[in-house]
Amino acid sequence: MFEDLTHKFEGVLKKIRGQGKITEKNIDESLREVRRVLFDADVNYKVVNNFIQNVKAKSLGEQVLTSVTPGQLIVKIINDELISLMGSEKADLLFSDDIPSVIILVGLQGSGKTTFAAKLARHLKTKGRNPALAACDIYRPAAIEQLKVLGKSIDIPVFSIEGERDAVKISNQAVDFARKNARDTLIIDTAGRLAIDEQMMNEVSAIKKATGPAEILFIVDSMTGQDAVNTAKAFYDKLKYTGIVLTKLDGDTKGGAAISIKSIVNEPIKFASIGEKLEAIEPFYPERMVSRILGMGDIVSFVEKAQTEFDMTETAKLEEKLRKNKFDFDDFLAQIKQVKKMGSISSLVSMLPGASAALKGKEIDEKIFVRLEAIILSMTKKERANPDILNGTRRRRIADGSGTSIQEVNKLIKQFDDMRKMMKGFNRGKMKNLLKSLKMNPGMMNQFK
Amino acid sequence: MSFLDKIGFTKLKEGLSRTKGGLIDKVSRLINSKAKIDDEFLSELEEIFLLSDMGFDTSEKIISNIKERAKTDKYENEKELNKLVTDEIKKVFSESASEFKTFDFNITKKPYVIMIVGVNGVGKTTSIGKLAYNFKKTGKTVLIGSADTFRAAANEQLEIWANKAGVEIIQNPHSTDPAAVAFDTVKAAVSRNTDVVIVDTAGRLHNKLHLMEELKKIQRVMQKVIPDIPNEIFIVIDATTGQNGLNQVKEFSNALGKVTGIILTKLDGTAKGGIVIKINNEMKIPVRFIGVGEQIDDLQIFESEEFIKALFEK
Ligand SMILES: Nc1nc2c(ncn2[C@@H]2O[C@H](COP(=O)(O)OP(=O)(O)OP(=O)(O)O)[C@@H](O)[C@H]2O)c(=O)[nH]1
Ligand SMILES: Nc1nc2c(ncn2[C@@H]2O[C@H](COP(=O)(O)OP(=O)(O)OP(=O)(O)O)[C@@H](O)[C@H]2O)c(=O)[nH]1
Ligand SMILES: [Mg+2]
Ligand SMILES: [Mg+2]
Repeated sequence: MFEDLTHKFEGVLKKIRGQGKITEKNIDESLREVRRVLFDADVNYKVVNNFIQNVKAKSLGEQVLTSVTPGQLIVKIINDELISLMGSEKADLLFSDDIPSVIILVGLQGSGKTTFAAKLARHLKTKGRNPALAACDIYRPAAIEQLKVLGKSIDIPVFSIEGERDAVKISNQAVDFARKNARDTLIIDTAGRLAIDEQMMNEVSAIKKATGPAEILFIVDSMTGQDAVNTAKAFYDKLKYTGIVLTKLDGDTKGGAAISIKSIVNEPIKFASIGEKLEAIEPFYPERMVSRILGMGDIVSFVEKAQTEFDMTETAKLEEKLRKNKFDFDDFLAQIKQVKKMGSISSLVSMLPGASAALKGKEIDEKIFVRLEAIILSMTKKERANPDILNGTRRRRIADGSGTSIQEVNKLIKQFDDMRKMMKGFNRGKMKNLLKSLKMNPGMMNQFK
Repeated sequence: MSFLDKIGFTKLKEGLSRTKGGLIDKVSRLINSKAKIDDEFLSELEEIFLLSDMGFDTSEKIISNIKERAKTDKYENEKELNKLVTDEIKKVFSESASEFKTFDFNITKKPYVIMIVGVNGVGKTTSIGKLAYNFKKTGKTVLIGSADTFRAAANEQLEIWANKAGVEIIQNPHSTDPAAVAFDTVKAAVSRNTDVVIVDTAGRLHNKLHLMEELKKIQRVMQKVIPDIPNEIFIVIDATTGQNGLNQVKEFSNALGKVTGIILTKLDGTAKGGIVIKINNEMKIPVRFIGVGEQIDDLQIFESEEFIKALFEK
């Protein structure tokens, strides 16, 4: 898609050059494509118009005229302009020295606040902090219950007052609760609200006043369209939030709302939320957002996720075994576990440019891993270590034990053999090289198309 | 007669008027000051269109149609110009819009099974509470099935809505198999002779293949009880949704073979919901209801005229 854009420009500009020179009029034709790309990515109307003005001014400059690859040059100008709009600063969470340091989460209905509250608590816990959660959504049916369930699943206390109709009072007492229980961070979940709902905006304002937060995070759905600026601005005017969280980035939305919001509120985007599970939280990388908008896919995220989640020492051990041709079913099982740790296969695949389109219609059966695991777990220790002894009777027993069919067991053993053969060709360091080349050359991912 | 006729329209007006000012006002102001279609007029129209989330291509198409018509059609005054503009927007909807008027749930089948789908957090569960309430009001018996076995406290939330609506619910708090719950729900509806079944599903992003598979399985398993259900599959779209909304509808309808209608929620906010214009421009899936708040009576029948009017409101 990024390549598409470049091609489009090359095409248009070739024509133009045939006419002798780039004029204001004929460059408009290519900028129309840029407008379309930006609107398709949900960048706000006013932002797009300003942006086009800037790019036009720069494109009319001398270099583009004389460049051999004017298309690439314009794409570069666009890329750089977008990056400067996004800002490149990385900002950490703010904490006060008070106990507790308070973080309030705010936003529209359904944007992902409650889920993020739990994610953030879990994240901070892994960083050595000692968080508590406060349930201040007294409106949505079962909102308190939702937070309690999430809190319990990550073993983090949730403060709530059953039946209390005053959210400010709950927030106040939550601060006391955190203090008494030596919780150094208090994350306050609030109800979803419309920016034009004055009464509700006053409520959250009062929570801010009562709790003196170090951080207020505006939680916004990355699928939001043109309205993002209105809401972001209205919440900002009322609350002066200190950071932004972009949710549901595991979808296939372009997420131009991020650019729109940044253009109107100069606060950093501190996290990306990338799934329903509580581990699905990431720092936000502005450059990747630009690639995403221009259609390059989030290749760097993918590679890094693969790198961090794949236990490197495990991988090294595996490589050693492969080399010595000692790869057995126990190793296979360990590998399945690694892949599963990285999240669902489809969510990984969706980060690859072009991959979701290429896989359309083809089905990734996530359950296959569950069945594979079951089969391997039904093997004896000896069988797992010596796959060659798996004769007919043993296979039948394994099928019965794992609740699968003999065909499935045969298939797995065959695949395993094939894999062993294939992997012999996979020499040491190849995996690392693969990852490295992906990082350096996103274009090569086109093979997925 | 549709039971839906009994839903009052004042709430819609209230909901829509919360978006203050007025789109039609804006067009009439635009037109009053000029009463002619010139570049400035068109570029102001473009701004309104793009800000509604109808998308670049849809906006271009409607504007070019307006230009074409202005060449041949005479418009004497602002009122006629106003009509010309509104007509052209309405055309995108027209095929489906005309259906709306005769739309009836056609509850000849019993139970009439409605499945609710959509991405995360758009308002599925809330809309089910509102729908159940409205069915109940017209004297129908309703059974809700809680086939979101994933989200924390999803059962509790739906149960509260069922209680508010005064209808029954089938759930299994310990189940992790949504298809089984859907199956049980339809079974129960058959044996209880229930009029309408509404099945809630977990929010899921349309690009997650395994979750879309799960949805297909829910559909398949329900069909073991009655072959040709669900009778309706409604997709819920949040009015704040941008261009991604089209993908959502495409992927859900690909997976399930059909989507029979759209419920457009959160129109009580500042977002226009213009994405449904884009969706209708490509797929002609009728918008059936709009959500205009978080209360049980905040659901209305979609009216294209009203909706278009609101597009032009500030
Ligand atoms: N795919 C995906 N789903 C998410 C993400 N974050 C939240 N969700 C889902 O979005 C839905 C809404 O999330 P909630 O956390 O309940 O949203 P909320 O802002 O608290 O909603 P209200 O309290 O009703 O305003 C749930 O189904 C979540 O599981 C994300 O990053 N990716
Ligand atoms: N303002 C407004 N809020 C709404 C409307 N419909 C739903 N909501 C709110 O949106 C939030 C999410 O609603 P749910 O019904 O839980 O959404 P869902 O699609 O079932 O969410 P998941 O099951 O988590 O995917 C809640 O806070 C609702 O109160 C509406 O029409 N207007
Ligand atoms: Mg919440
Ligand atoms: Mg729900």
